[in-house]
Amino acid sequence: MAGKSSYTKRTDGRKFDELRPIDAKIGVIPEADGSAMYKSGNTIAIAAVFGPRTLHPQHMQNPQKGVLRINYDMMSFSVPDRKKPGPNRRSQEISKVTEWALSQCVDLSEFPNTVVDVFITIPQADAGTRVAGINAAVMALAHAGVPMKEMAAAVAVGKMDKTIVVDVCKEEEDYEEGEGATDIPVCYLSRSKKLALLQLDGKIGVDELKEALEMGKIACEKINEIQVKTLKGETK
Amino acid sequence: MIMPKILQDRIIAYLKQGKRFDARKTDEYRQIEVKTGISNNAEGSASVKFGKTEVYAGVKLSAAEPYSDGPEDGTFTCSMELSPMASADYELGPPGIESVEMGRIIDRGIRESKFIDFSKLCIKSGEKVWAVYLDLYAVNNDGNLLDVAAMAALVALANAKMPVYNEKEEKVEHEHTNEGLPLNKNAMAFNMTFHKIDDHIIVDPSKEEEEISDYRISLAACYDENEKPRITSIQKGKEGAITAEEMEKILNLVELKLKELHPKISKFVWGK
Amino acid sequence: MNITRTMTERKIVVPGETIIQGEEFLPGDGTRREKEDIVASKYGLADISDKLVRVIPLSGVYSPRRGNSVIGQIIDIKFNGWLVDFNGPTTGFLPVSEYPRYIEQDELQDALNFGDLILAKVNNIKASSVDLSIRLRGFGKLDEGIIMKVNPNKVPRVIGKEGSMVSLIKELTGCNITVGQNGLVWIKGQSIDAELKARKIIEYICENSFIDGLTEKVKSFAETLK
Repeated sequence: MAGKSSYTKRTDGRKFDELRPIDAKIGVIPEADGSAMYKSGNTIAIAAVFGPRTLHPQHMQNPQKGVLRINYDMMSFSVPDRKKPGPNRRSQEISKVTEWALSQCVDLSEFPNTVVDVFITIPQADAGTRVAGINAAVMALAHAGVPMKEMAAAVAVGKMDKTIVVDVCKEEEDYEEGEGATDIPVCYLSRSKKLALLQLDGKIGVDELKEALEMGKIACEKINEIQVKTLKGETK
Repeated sequence: MIMPKILQDRIIAYLKQGKRFDARKTDEYRQIEVKTGISNNAEGSASVKFGKTEVYAGVKLSAAEPYSDGPEDGTFTCSMELSPMASADYELGPPGIESVEMGRIIDRGIRESKFIDFSKLCIKSGEKVWAVYLDLYAVNNDGNLLDVAAMAALVALANAKMPVYNEKEEKVEHEHTNEGLPLNKNAMAFNMTFHKIDDHIIVDPSKEEEEISDYRISLAACYDENEKPRITSIQKGKEGAITAEEMEKILNLVELKLKELHPKISKFVWGK
Repeated sequence: MNITRTMTERKIVVPGETIIQGEEFLPGDGTRREKEDIVASKYGLADISDKLVRVIPLSGVYSPRRGNSVIGQIIDIKFNGWLVDFNGPTTGFLPVSEYPRYIEQDELQDALNFGDLILAKVNNIKASSVDLSIRLRGFGKLDEGIIMKVNPNKVPRVIGKEGSMVSLIKELTGCNITVGQNGLVWIKGQSIDAELKARKIIEYICENSFIDGLTEKVKSFAETLK
């Protein structure tokens, strides 16, 4: 790691490994089989789970195990520049990487030909929306009684110039000094500690990436503690 | 599950005794809960619940070209999303007729009541005006989404703040002024949906009641300058046809409910 | 970590959590073994009886078990039976051979029509369907009454030990009540008020399923409804 970083203090004063304040609740959507809200700083995600239930049309059914279907969507007013309602390419991609991550948690082998639908919605966005969505979805899946091998937690690790931080906020995403901002969302499984989601947008050296992954793992452990407390009714 | 006949029979038997499954009277609303500012990137936002039915509303403003028939008038676009997260009966996909109809009913109610004073939304005559976007999202459906959404719309609009307009660079800043939307407070029309089941007219239907009703009729009403009831939008839906007596009954109910609920609703919308 | 836990000390566990360690324990419903650990595979209450460890779900869709009684709705009529929706992960199938008497192929719709509600027994669980039967006494089409939905995981509390709770509700309201394991409850009373009362009591039980002395609390609650 040559040279000093220009990013010595975070825009909101947090320590480099400090998460934004978190608030989480389960059961926020009574009609769903399971539901949860996850708030990190100013980013809010709501997840609703339906199923296992019969999957229509029949040709989409999997006779070996249940299908996990994720739909991620942002409310039009969740961002400063209104987003037209409806899916776009970004939300489709996020739905897919989220599905891959959550597929490592759930065990639908006892539910062939069914589907578990997870709907993730963002009413308010301040960076880290896909990871907030995953954190809400994991709680909602557990709340829905879906069989799960383990849980998962996700966080957006960032590199601002040469500084690695966790839980990037919007202001940090827009950082332009030095090497600028690099966004690294990660998702770690709670028991096996495996990496279920990894994306990178920016530039980073190998050693820095290792550091980022390690910091991300520890941050995810902290987030998982809060998810567990929420499910156990031990908060507040 | 589809509505079983034995349940339908029971709903009607209960109504004959003036009762409903949750022990409400036929003209009684569920508990109403209102929250404002549920989304801080919106210019105005709200969450409204009637019982367990919940809708989120958000208002966004941007600068746009005016329509040719109103070079100095702001524009207004309203949409309603029936997200599948709100109910096991909703599917993913482009807006179906149910959500299209709801969005248009709410749009008309607000537009025709002149709740928003579009003439005060001009930035530069013929070139730039404020475009008001109102987006509604069903969060949990336990019946009567339309009335809940219509109220969420009013609350979000009443709580919206105008963004800062940078005249030099001709762009909208992501900063809010202390000024609200130019609203005509007295034109606050709220939506009431009535359903006819057997011989009874009920308000604030539950999911089961909505399913078995013969017809529904939604009316948006407010008071005019002379304190007389004014109706700014009507939509009759479903197949059943209305008799003259029923129409009389419904209009009487509108006047009655308007009188009873107007102060309460005003408080929810304006906060006082 | 405690070696033994009594029934009243059940604690909530989350997926991936180690419930207990030891070779002598057996992984039951909602759990699995990973080396020495018995690990939760579901969110719910961990229950250890003798050496069997299981997780009792707090929430989630109904998972049918052989022998369960369920209330379902006829959603389709085939040449050899009826398709039944019972709010489970899959649909149920009631073969014509499991109808209480012999009927011809063209009598199926007269016997059980679209939308009819039935109380059925779960006979067999297949990959994407569940076989039902209404041959035994007490099962069959449900006539007038109301249906309410409760969280299927609360059904044991609504029924009570050896049916004691549902008997109490029947006593307090004079209603006929049948509780399906799938969370659908059928109530038929002498009057509308009786049915509404039964409904309210059942809702109360579901909301307070965790507290001790529920029976006494239910009795006091019923008093307030008079």
